Amino acid sequence: MDKLSKIFASCRQQERAALIIFCSCGFPDLERSEQAIEAAIEAGADIIELGVPFSDPMADGAVIRQASGVALRNGATLAGILDLAARVSHKHPETGFILFSYMNVLFNYGLDRVCRKLSAIGVDGILAVDLPLEEAAELELPCRDNGLHLIPLVSPATSPQRAAAITARATGFVYSVNVCGVTGVREELPAEMAAQLAELKKISPAPVAAGFGVTDGAAARRISQVADGVIVGSAVVKILAREQDFQVSLEESRQFIRELARNCRRCP
Amino acid sequence: MNTHYGIYGGQYVAETLMPALAELETEYLAARADQEFQNEYRQLLKNYVGRESPLYFARRLSQSLGGASIYLKREDLNHTGAHKINNTIGQGLLARRMGKKRLIAETGAGMHGVATATVAALLGMECEVFMGSQDIQRQAVNVERMNTLGAVVHPVSEGSATLKDAMNEALRDWTARFKDTFYLIGTVAGPHPYPLLVRDFQAVIGQEARRQCLEQCGRLPSQVIACVGGGSNAMGIFAGFEADSGVQLVGVEAGGKGLQSGEHAASICGGRVGILHGCKTYLLQDGDGQILDTFSVSAGLDYPGVGPEHSFMADSGSAHYVTANDDEAVAAFDLLAKYEGIIPALESSHALAYAIRIAGEYKPDTILLVNLSGRGDKDMDTVRKFKQQQPSATPGLGNSI
Ligand SMILES: Cc1ncc(COP(=O)(O)O)c(C=O)c1O
Repeated sequence: MDKLSKIFASCRQQERAALIIFCSCGFPDLERSEQAIEAAIEAGADIIELGVPFSDPMADGAVIRQASGVALRNGATLAGILDLAARVSHKHPETGFILFSYMNVLFNYGLDRVCRKLSAIGVDGILAVDLPLEEAAELELPCRDNGLHLIPLVSPATSPQRAAAITARATGFVYSVNVCGVTGVREELPAEMAAQLAELKKISPAPVAAGFGVTDGAAARRISQVADGVIVGSAVVKILAREQDFQVSLEESRQFIRELARNCRRCP
Repeated sequence: MNTHYGIYGGQYVAETLMPALAELETEYLAARADQEFQNEYRQLLKNYVGRESPLYFARRLSQSLGGASIYLKREDLNHTGAHKINNTIGQGLLARRMGKKRLIAETGAGMHGVATATVAALLGMECEVFMGSQDIQRQAVNVERMNTLGAVVHPVSEGSATLKDAMNEALRDWTARFKDTFYLIGTVAGPHPYPLLVRDFQAVIGQEARRQCLEQCGRLPSQVIACVGGGSNAMGIFAGFEADSGVQLVGVEAGGKGLQSGEHAASICGGRVGILHGCKTYLLQDGDGQILDTFSVSAGLDYPGVGPEHSFMADSGSAHYVTANDDEAVAAFDLLAKYEGIIPALESSHALAYAIRIAGEYKPDTILLVNLSGRGDKDMDTVRKFKQQQPSATPGLGNSI
């Protein structure tokens, strides 16, 4: 069994959803983003999304955009992030790692080359934000050749037929977007979310994890009742950006992720 | 249907936008085949925009250069002062047909924003325009025009605060509001079907120009020359000549301070293939795949990408791409005013600058057809500042006669 399948299987056994934490790599710099990843794993994250900053993040809200801007100004590059990924995945062989990127950065590095490298350093898969099903083939092939999962997105706008086509090709897990819109913290999640997730679970052969707008333990708990995984991004990045003293923010993020992890348990 | 031009184009967007793009494609293909839709579009181009636009022989300019005969396709005479309105009328009608109440647009020079605000007023729709804060300063008059037309202009101060950032913001808005909102893209870039439909709505330029050239000269031009920002005015005029193998199509990109300086906006001549704003195309990017800031005296050409069909045509050789630098464009701007009494847009001045550069290599029986995509009123301030900054950099063209 591959690592992601093992993670989801063991979570299922423990009657909880997997906790997936997005990290803005290079924010505020590479070294401190590595500390943020370590803290997230220590606090209970099962899978880490390694966010690669891009100059033109058209699918991101203000929080991740600002973090990406800082990361780029402080010299983050894909090569540097891959080195970071190699270190953390070596140190945490049980944790899942997904590279989370816009296509141009991957394309520029070379799709074959990035897949070979990720596989060699123990990263489990790729999520390319701006790569829908129609364009997926060019990355799907090198991912398959290198034993990587290509994680697809499904949104509330996706029709059931389309969701079936997307999930049929998915391995690893399916990322269900809770809201139509960009990433970011939101006051509340839409009421239809639970029903949508239940529908998606019915058709998807791969586990379903839900993200976008998950801001607190309550939201994580709601999702955990129906989905196989809870994804939290902007809310963690926002905490990391909050205090002048990064070490203080880091502690707060650790507390926050612990609370999220507690809320991933399924209530009977 | 095919969504690519060779390896270029495609639909590189977040999943949330895919259903919106599918809806747009379906509705557009239906509208394209609908005679009533086409009639209304043609009627508005005639009675509202003022088409057809003239083809004008720039006699004094051509004589002063002592070479080829330069003809100008006068898109500057359209209502709102540029070719952009051809496209906004078409997309505006499409938006109405789809039942959308709100138009959004990105704009650089402000001409597309003005043309979108105009169509929104014409059709009774809401309009919001995203514009880089740097462009808002450069093109203050166009911001006033949009406000007067009832549009809300949202300044975008992220990134380089120019056109690409405005487009990011428009895409984000659309991702959240596609149900009631039509995103009216101003050039032949973006995800499929935009490059296709914008090309179709601009093709009227080339169709008219070809017929007019045959009427006036009894033959076709040797070269058809247009500036390329995203590439809509160029694709529009090229479209009329695609079957004419003897006609050389030339796209002129913004050379800024020169290709070597690194400060330019020449995506094809100075860039590499990548993926931005939903399509695969030539881009200006650094070694790590981050999009670079662009540089041009002309806000409308200040874009790090280019329409995917242009990338395809560049590779296949069916069109030829060159650059004109800031100083050449400003000199061409002056020269056309001086000899013809026409003040061209700085964007169009790039196409003109290339024609001026090569005219001397030919005899008067050679026809160079230049797309004069817009008028230059909006650029008076920019040109004055440019001349103040570099009094010595302007070559002798404008002063030599
Ligand atoms: C007059 C004029 N010409 C050309 C352009 C460049 O756009 P495109 O390359 O799509 O024609 C602009 C853009 O603002 C413009 O205003």
